Amino acid sequence: MIYQYDGSYEGFLCCVYESYINKEFPIAFCGDEECFSLYPVRCVITISDHARRVQRGLEKMSIPGAQILRRVFLTCMEDKEQRMYAFARKLFSQGGTFLKNQSDEVYHPLAAAIRHMNGEVEKLKGFVRFSDYGGVLGAEIEPKNRVLPLLRGYFCNRCANEAFFIYDRTHRDLLLYANGRSRIMRVDQLQLDLPGEEEVHYRELWKRFYETIAIKERLNPRCQDIRMPKRYRGTMTEFLPTDHERHRNAIPPAAGAAFPGSAAPGGIPAPAKPR
Amino acid sequence: MDLLEKLTILSDAAKYDAACTSSGVRRGYQPGMIGNTSSSLMGCCHSFSADGRCITLLKVLMTNCCVYDCKYCVNRRSNDTRRAAFSPRELAELTIGFYRRNYIEGLFLSSGVLRNPDYTTEQMIRSLEILRHDYCFNGYIHAKAIPGTSPELVTRLGLLADRLSVNVELPSEAGLQTLAPDKSKAAILRPMGQIRDEVVQSKAELVKYKHAPSFAPAGQSTQLIVGATGDSDRHILHLTESLYQKYRLKRVFYSAYVPVVENSLLPALDTKPPLLREHRLYQADWLLRFYGFRAEELLTAEQPDFNPLIDPKCNWAIGHLEQFPVEIMSADYETLLRVPGIGPIGAKRIISARRVSHLRFEDLSRLGVVLKRAQFFITCGGRMRSGLRYSASTLVRQLESIQRGELPPDGTAVQLSLFDSAG
Repeated sequence: MIYQYDGSYEGFLCCVYESYINKEFPIAFCGDEECFSLYPVRCVITISDHARRVQRGLEKMSIPGAQILRRVFLTCMEDKEQRMYAFARKLFSQGGTFLKNQSDEVYHPLAAAIRHMNGEVEKLKGFVRFSDYGGVLGAEIEPKNRVLPLLRGYFCNRCANEAFFIYDRTHRDLLLYANGRSRIMRVDQLQLDLPGEEEVHYRELWKRFYETIAIKERLNPRCQDIRMPKRYRGTMTEFLPTDHERHRNAIPPAAGAAFPGSAAPGGIPAPAKPR
Repeated sequence: MDLLEKLTILSDAAKYDAACTSSGVRRGYQPGMIGNTSSSLMGCCHSFSADGRCITLLKVLMTNCCVYDCKYCVNRRSNDTRRAAFSPRELAELTIGFYRRNYIEGLFLSSGVLRNPDYTTEQMIRSLEILRHDYCFNGYIHAKAIPGTSPELVTRLGLLADRLSVNVELPSEAGLQTLAPDKSKAAILRPMGQIRDEVVQSKAELVKYKHAPSFAPAGQSTQLIVGATGDSDRHILHLTESLYQKYRLKRVFYSAYVPVVENSLLPALDTKPPLLREHRLYQADWLLRFYGFRAEELLTAEQPDFNPLIDPKCNWAIGHLEQFPVEIMSADYETLLRVPGIGPIGAKRIISARRVSHLRFEDLSRLGVVLKRAQFFITCGGRMRSGLRYSASTLVRQLESIQRGELPPDGTAVQLSLFDSAG
């Protein structure tokens, strides 16, 4: 039996619910996209009541276990739902004792996926590069895992007095923050404004600093690649031309200046006066 | 001179300072201020330069003009180089501009000695005051305390910065006398002692009064240059240990000497920096801080330098085979920590996992143990790993060949040639 669900965490919990009600063992899960298979497909409708019941059940067996499950849902682990399902079943049948053993064969893949995601979050805390678009700070990232919910608290604290957005190109999620309130929403495409003069100047300064600070006699590209894998560099100022938006938007240089207006998406009012 | 040019000169002059961390203090957002320092306890790396080193702070000198003439230093008086200085406001604006864009975690401010140590420190204080008070900067600040500065000024500097550092640079008094005639050991250690005492006092006051000013809450650090003088690893490691114990330093940084100036007292200009030696010292430093080792265990008078081909922990284990193998299912935390290939995280996971399950060798690698190194030193359920062949005499070579792949590709060649010509 293949379970089709809406791709949300609540939807997944409903799959667990259905499998217990129908006494069956789903062999695969698929999201909203059409699923072609010779196996019978069960379409699971997300019902908050069912999801809540499963959530409460999980918490009753083990609170850390329930937290792990929720967190793992954000990762990019292969066969995520199957592994999560196996984990939930084990939790329901045995309780949370097996969580003490990270080498447990059901728990280990989940623990490894969470570690991978935590590593990405830790790196992105440093690698996110904001640009000042008329007083609003904006950044883009290309993570493998759905890290925005985990970066939210960190950046809302660090940039508490700013208005900012971070766009996740991989998952097309947008984190917005202004006036002490934040929101994550799906945005299919994001068109960035061209950087102002001051922004370009800061980019130049940063690029120069980045080049100067390296000691030529100690060049070590291998070490650099291990600590800052190349996949992060596509959104980092020091590896981009100072006017990378122009290349992205494919605007011929002369026409660039003809695009005024705020880059702030989703109706964040730009602050009256940039500090 | 425009800002871009100044930044180039003054970051180029500051880059030989290894200390670049934003760790040791958590201070959340405060209303009306810019930024925080609440990143993870390890600090936050914002980029990695082409030499593989972490960039976390805007590392610059206030000025690279200097009245001193330390032979090893690019900024020494007699060196013909371009000089520049930041104005305090310029520097504050640059820091804020970088910080807002998440380029950096804060500012690392050092300086050449302009006129005299007191005058220089006053300039630095002026900059930090503008940054903290006028621009309401709440991020991380690391400032250099210049040896010879009067205690009142060091106090004022410490109230503005999160971490202070006084660089020892040369590991011995003899080295100082020949290479840095304007400095003395006493002048370096005096501010270190003062900083230690004020940090302790400030912590005590903070317990009593919530709003007591905090003095260098992230403590102090220092840097030692490796390879400019003939000091042995053993000497450096003992010095490190006593700095940790006597002066309660948070970190000691090592900087492989990069020959920047021609001088008959220094290694020739074409000498490659001893990067592998620096790496081994850092590994040993970790053993001192997190693994419960003492300096005298790691190196002896008979073996005053590390074997460049083996990490210090393996090196120690080979010399103490009588303490091995260790039984995974029963050894205590401290014993597990001493096994090569097992770190603090691995040891904790083992202790947690063995309560609920019998561990096999396959499980250990899932727990984060580096089995290719650990296998020689452990038993699991009373048995060694099956198919493992070694003897006390072949062990060194086996470990060397395992670690060969981990060495930096060109660094090895450098080290070997240096090793050969050591005599």
